[in-house]
Amino acid sequence: MVSPLVFWIVAGITIIAALAVVNLTNLIHSALWLIVAFVGVAITYLILEAEFLAAVQIIVYAGAIAILIVFGVMLTRRGDIRESNLFNNYRLAGGLISLGLMATIVTMVVKTQWAIDVAAVPANSVGLLAQNLLGQFVIPFEIAAMLLLVALVGAIIIAKEVRD
Amino acid sequence: MVTLNHYLILAAILFCIGFYGAVAKKNAVAVLMGIELMLNSVNINLVAFNRFLNPGEMTGHIFALMVIVVAAAEVAVGLALILNIYRQRLTTDVNDLDWLKW
Repeated sequence: MVSPLVFWIVAGITIIAALAVVNLTNLIHSALWLIVAFVGVAITYLILEAEFLAAVQIIVYAGAIAILIVFGVMLTRRGDIRESNLFNNYRLAGGLISLGLMATIVTMVVKTQWAIDVAAVPANSVGLLAQNLLGQFVIPFEIAAMLLLVALVGAIIIAKEVRD
Repeated sequence: MVTLNHYLILAAILFCIGFYGAVAKKNAVAVLMGIELMLNSVNINLVAFNRFLNPGEMTGHIFALMVIVVAAAEVAVGLALILNIYRQRLTTDVNDLDWLKW
């Protein structure tokens, strides 16, 4: 069992990083803070004893998606990079709606009585995950593979300039 | 003692920050970043529910894996779209993407 202090530190860092992603005006800085937020979420998975998902989170999000976003920033640069990530006219409305949404979710979470199960996590959780993924959930697994293939081909075709 | 509620509230805060970014940002890449934050917070929810409500099974982890797969596909296609739009219009400002409006 991990000490609660670790959870609070990790949660604080993750939230600060997410706020920096949204509030900084330099898009490259936002992309780099996004990596910090992703790593914070990965450590949260570790605290929740989901080791495999933590590894996947680091590889896929902090590795692949963040780099893809940095590439996207670099390939679409125009004007002053220090003012590349400004707010639009919906700043106030969006902020109010997200605050209201947060208040609603927190109220509902606190009010709900969860049926907590205190059983321990199985020791061989990665093996159990593999058995589930290739057994009961093999159809979604294959469909996810197809989806990745289709997205790959689609991204290449869209990003490549089509000349007629 | 860290309970399920703490994880759910952490996820709610992250979701709302991501929502704020997705709604209130001008740059299309920043909107994608906000959407990624929202997907991440949903994954925290799924894993926390799995850990506290049904730790013997792995269903929440499998859901989270599927979400990660879809997020990866989404960001790849989204960035390809943004690149193509940038090539034609020299802008990534979502306020300028109004060709379907008249």
